[in-house]
Amino acid sequence: MNKVRMFDLKALIASAVVFAILQGLMAAEIIGPFWELNLVLICINIILASSLNMINGFTGQFSIGHAGFLAVGAYMGAVMTVKLGFSFPLAIIAGTIAAGILGFLIGLPTLRLDGDYLAIATLGLGEIIRICILNIEYVGGASGLMGIPRMTNFVITFWLMIAVLFFIKNFKNSAHGRACLAIRENEIAADTMGIDTTKYKVMAFTLGASFAGTAGVLFSHYFFIAHPASFTFMRSFDILTMVVLGGLGSLTGSITGAILLTFISAALADFPEWRMIIYSLAMIILMLYRPQGLFGNKELSEKVFSSLKGGKNNG
Amino acid sequence: MESGFLHQLVQQLINGISLGSIYALIALGYTMIYGILKLINFAHGDIYMLGAYIGFVCTSILKLSFLPALIISMIGAALAGMIIERVAYRPMRNAPRIAILITAIGVSFFLENVMILFASPQPRTFPAVFTATVYHVGAWVVNSQQIVILVSALVLMVALTYIVNQTRAGKAMRAVSFDADAARLMGIDIDSTISMTFALGSALAAAGGVLVGIYYNSIDPLMGMVPGIKAFVAAVLGGIGIIPGAMLGGIILGVVEALVSGFISSTFRDAAAFAILIIILLFKPQGLMGKNIREKV
Repeated sequence: MNKVRMFDLKALIASAVVFAILQGLMAAEIIGPFWELNLVLICINIILASSLNMINGFTGQFSIGHAGFLAVGAYMGAVMTVKLGFSFPLAIIAGTIAAGILGFLIGLPTLRLDGDYLAIATLGLGEIIRICILNIEYVGGASGLMGIPRMTNFVITFWLMIAVLFFIKNFKNSAHGRACLAIRENEIAADTMGIDTTKYKVMAFTLGASFAGTAGVLFSHYFFIAHPASFTFMRSFDILTMVVLGGLGSLTGSITGAILLTFISAALADFPEWRMIIYSLAMIILMLYRPQGLFGNKELSEKVFSSLKGGKNNG
Repeated sequence: MESGFLHQLVQQLINGISLGSIYALIALGYTMIYGILKLINFAHGDIYMLGAYIGFVCTSILKLSFLPALIISMIGAALAGMIIERVAYRPMRNAPRIAILITAIGVSFFLENVMILFASPQPRTFPAVFTATVYHVGAWVVNSQQIVILVSALVLMVALTYIVNQTRAGKAMRAVSFDADAARLMGIDIDSTISMTFALGSALAAAGGVLVGIYYNSIDPLMGMVPGIKAFVAAVLGGIGIIPGAMLGGIILGVVEALVSGFISSTFRDAAAFAILIIILLFKPQGLMGKNIREKV
């Protein structure tokens, strides 16, 4: 067995252990319904953050409209189960594909832009998606699509998250992924070396968008409702913050960022009026002292694990 | 029918220009700060909110009239802008740009939520500082608030153009935004110039906030989010970093929004703003008044 497979196996075992512990704690009711909800939310946020990291971190494009794809997934999934009566797995697939197709269609023209222009264009497109949904009466318009059955549970979310993380990790280490990294380092140089920059940028964008769609289906089937107000640009900023806080280009960073921010936000739920103030201060202070993110673009590797003698999922 | 259409068109143009001049005021601050720091200052919309609240306190509690309220709110916001720059942005001058952007988002959340904590999330009614007189110009309706907005915006824009083009501080600002390192070598104090830019931009946003309070009679702690983003759209539309561009972009955005809400549906108003943005970005990414700069290898 080669080194990569060995690593994958170890990571898989580690995540199975984490899963078993969490399930055990839930069964023993040490983790109550409130934290169970937040665990699901953490898993969904990890999917979102790591998929945005594919675009912003690996490929170096600057997208801040991720909530739009989340919305497409959420609504597409809900339409599949509520309106058309398909099963939940089919809804997940449909939501993923729908968001991916939209990501492709949006990515193709806009990825010619760079830097701040791309940022503001994706922000605008995210809002356009939301406003269009807001105006479609078929999916409930401004009052949202209600009566979605709760089909998402911790088991499905956790293992889907693991699958997405493995996919992204493998993508990063593949030839395609390395092409993306080359674009991040210097687009003109990558172009000169014969990399089809447009193709890889669109590829990363489409994949990132489709995973956001997956997260969207999970999201709407956990909270019973898909509401346009959940998908404003503030949500995109939330996801972006997780990615940057963890470290652009670091998958373990995204995981940590998502866990940390969701946790801060949940832990402060008892102090609603102070919650967002502390949250925003934490954001500013972390950036002031660690502008490259917690992990920079490095991964938390097995070496760090063995030196710490600790266990944590997904190295 | 034909004259009815024309009548409504002109009426919407009047509404659009007064709304657009407010966008232009906010966009000016965006464009100046971007020009000098290359930072999308997401907290700018909240400075505008802050300005509206200072104006609210001045008019409703201190019972001041329009002009002193406007000036106090501009000074207050200018100070806030300088403090924010000093505390949150200056230590990050050499950090990756995305990190500063996250800080800006953090500052924006912070201002919004501090305001929610102190002033409650409920909207406040902005007192009527003017008796709303409605003038009939021919068949069209113009109210006194629209005239006040337009006149104040014009005066402020002229003042800004004068400061930027004719004064030493303005010259320093232009120099820093053109090439910060060269400006430093010429003996320009970069820090105080950037501070000055934040003060000017924030003051203009605050003026926009007070004017909006007068126009819509209602302010709330989250009022800055959407206009903030739209003002950035206006700045990009005109060509970011270019001061006349921000004015033009603001007015165009206001007019288009008024036309869309008048002729199509007001729910598509926000989408229209972003649609223009994307069309502009795809066909002329440097903006209407921007120059095309090629990246050299």
